Amino acid sequence: MAAPRAPLHLVAPRWNAGTRGIRGLSRAAAPEGNQKKGRSLLQFLADRFYDVQALREYLLRKQAWKMHQKNRPFTYIRERYGPYAAGAYFILKLGGAVKFQGKEWIRSNARGHFSLDFLKLQTVPVEAVDASGCAVNYQGLDSLLALKELQVLWLQRCPHVDDWCLSRLHPLASSLQELSLAGCPKISERGLACLHHLQNLRKLDISDLPAVSNPGLTQILVEEMLPDCKVVGADWARGLKVGQEEQYQDITSPIPA
Amino acid sequence: MLRTASWPRWGRTLLARGLGSRRGGSAPDQNGKVSEIKKKIQSVLPGGAWNPLYDTSYLPPEHSDVVIVGGGVIGLSVAYWLKRLEKPRGAIRVLVVERDHTYSRASTVLSVGGIRQQFSVPENIQLSLFSIEFLRNINEYLAVVDDPPLDIQFNPSGYLLLASEKGAALMESNVKVQRQEGAKVCLMSPEQLRNKFPWINTEGVALASYGMEHEGWFDPWCLLQGLRRKVQSMGVLFCHGEVTRFISSSNHMETRSGEELTLKRIHEVHVKVDHSLEYQPVECAIVINAAGAWSGQIAQLAGIGKGPPGTLQGTKLPVEPRKRYVYVWHCPQGPGLETPFVIDPSGVYFRREGLGNNYLGGCSPTEEEEPDPGNLEVDHDFFQDKVWPSLAQRVPAFETLKARSSWAGYYDYNTFDQNGVVGPHPLVINMYFATGFSGHGLQQAPAVGRAVAEMVLQGHFQTIDLSPFLFSRFYLGEKVQEHNIV
Repeated sequence: MAAPRAPLHLVAPRWNAGTRGIRGLSRAAAPEGNQKKGRSLLQFLADRFYDVQALREYLLRKQAWKMHQKNRPFTYIRERYGPYAAGAYFILKLGGAVKFQGKEWIRSNARGHFSLDFLKLQTVPVEAVDASGCAVNYQGLDSLLALKELQVLWLQRCPHVDDWCLSRLHPLASSLQELSLAGCPKISERGLACLHHLQNLRKLDISDLPAVSNPGLTQILVEEMLPDCKVVGADWARGLKVGQEEQYQDITSPIPA
Repeated sequence: MLRTASWPRWGRTLLARGLGSRRGGSAPDQNGKVSEIKKKIQSVLPGGAWNPLYDTSYLPPEHSDVVIVGGGVIGLSVAYWLKRLEKPRGAIRVLVVERDHTYSRASTVLSVGGIRQQFSVPENIQLSLFSIEFLRNINEYLAVVDDPPLDIQFNPSGYLLLASEKGAALMESNVKVQRQEGAKVCLMSPEQLRNKFPWINTEGVALASYGMEHEGWFDPWCLLQGLRRKVQSMGVLFCHGEVTRFISSSNHMETRSGEELTLKRIHEVHVKVDHSLEYQPVECAIVINAAGAWSGQIAQLAGIGKGPPGTLQGTKLPVEPRKRYVYVWHCPQGPGLETPFVIDPSGVYFRREGLGNNYLGGCSPTEEEEPDPGNLEVDHDFFQDKVWPSLAQRVPAFETLKARSSWAGYYDYNTFDQNGVVGPHPLVINMYFATGFSGHGLQQAPAVGRAVAEMVLQGHFQTIDLSPFLFSRFYLGEKVQEHNIV
């Protein structure tokens, strides 16, 4: 949308820097630090040789494929041992922790190994999932959404959880009571807007979200949206300026005649 | 390599000295001359375009395999998929001709940016489902090495369509079709609606359908720029000019029943440069009409519709520009963060914009009240008379609102059945259409681009079958009526 957007916001707008112009997005990335020389040499070569360009595109695709592999659905485990075991296996494989109802937390050790005892618990629902720092993405949420009685979900510092993933959480509305999204770099206030489906939520942590444009205001709006939930996040008074005290002082001082 | 690298320098200094001694010109003048001569020499060397007399870099190439008329989101999407699906790599030269490089009147950037699956025609639902998957993985589809990732600012807040008593049965059957195709839509009664959205006045509402996932709104400018950047990196040529003429050849043929037909084939496209009489004839094999609101004019240039009415030759492309207004207002007590894109049974729609209690919305006027599409001036009385009363009736908080700004944009309105036209023309055999989406072109653009590319490269639709949207339906009279048009 062209010019009309400019005078509209009461809240400072935040959009992609430099996308107003036609050429705004071309070569906008400025590689910094030690990588600069290496990056620009590779860029130089990629601009001139098809082979180097194809190699770089292959490396990009390989990265995406690795993510895809990590988040693949474990259909065999799901069919054989049930959805709870499949979800638990998925989380443990990514490096997280799982808690079944009535049992202790199961975590993988430093080398990524974990015991497969939980495969015997086919009908015991999963109560809590700790996926902090795990590479869960939109596709991987398939395995988590099958856990119908999930009550606690911790997604702190997950690098690939974004607004699309949040819009997918509504099937857990009947059971989810605690959700933590602290430190996820890709979550913005647009994704937080679709958390209103989670009516049973009692504790929500939205602190330290770098992509949220206005943390204080977002906290207030989320609190209004979920009245029964305790929202832990940015301190809303942080955004207010100190100048308000000076204003009061002016009013009390006598008006010069 | 060494020789060629050193020769321009040597040649340049010689010439510079020569000029200096002849003219005795001042230093800035000499620098200007030097850079001109540097350009000329670089054009002579291998790799440069040979144009010793004058600079022609603003003109399109003389030959191009595919010419796409229109550089909006649909045209760029077709270019992207043509380049992505072509075999072998680099086989097809694609030229995109766009008359306004600032996109000041383009429907893409003036659009409200919504995407939904709540349609009644299954093909529309499939198109929209693929498009949302494209938008979700936009950084895999449109990745350019070393450029920052795109953020289309998608708000996954969903659409809420309200239906009165009359429309409730139709809405139920539509939701059934949508669920069959894979859309995540739920039906809500007025009571559930009041519980979920207490700011709504459910008087007159019998049923509501709410999209839970894959629906919302996003920034169309970002999608356009992302497509443009990717498409340029794939080697598509851009030209800033206007298509003024098609040179075509005709073949008279007789059908089996003895009827005479004239099949046309476009050979050249004349692209006229801005603010000038200069034009460049571009020889082409295929022309794609993605000109949006002005597709009707392009079709007329190609001779579509020149014939006795009622025949195939006389069937015009029924796409014309229709002006639509969008208003932005501020309402401090208005609905909160959870506000979806609400569409009232009266046709009025609104959505939240940003965090500051701003909303934007509008309404499609009835046939009798259609404004004149000659300019993009906004009629503020329309908001006062038609939009605001319905808004205030549906959301009581909107009784006290303050209008902030507004703009107008064009729908490429298909007067026949308000659905897109996709595919080749039966008589002008190398013109393909991708237009006429009547307000839902942006949300179907990635899927339509793929469908047209498949049609061009393989001769038939492969992934989504859009045969109900072919041009021939205008002649045969088969309407594909879409009931959920905003």
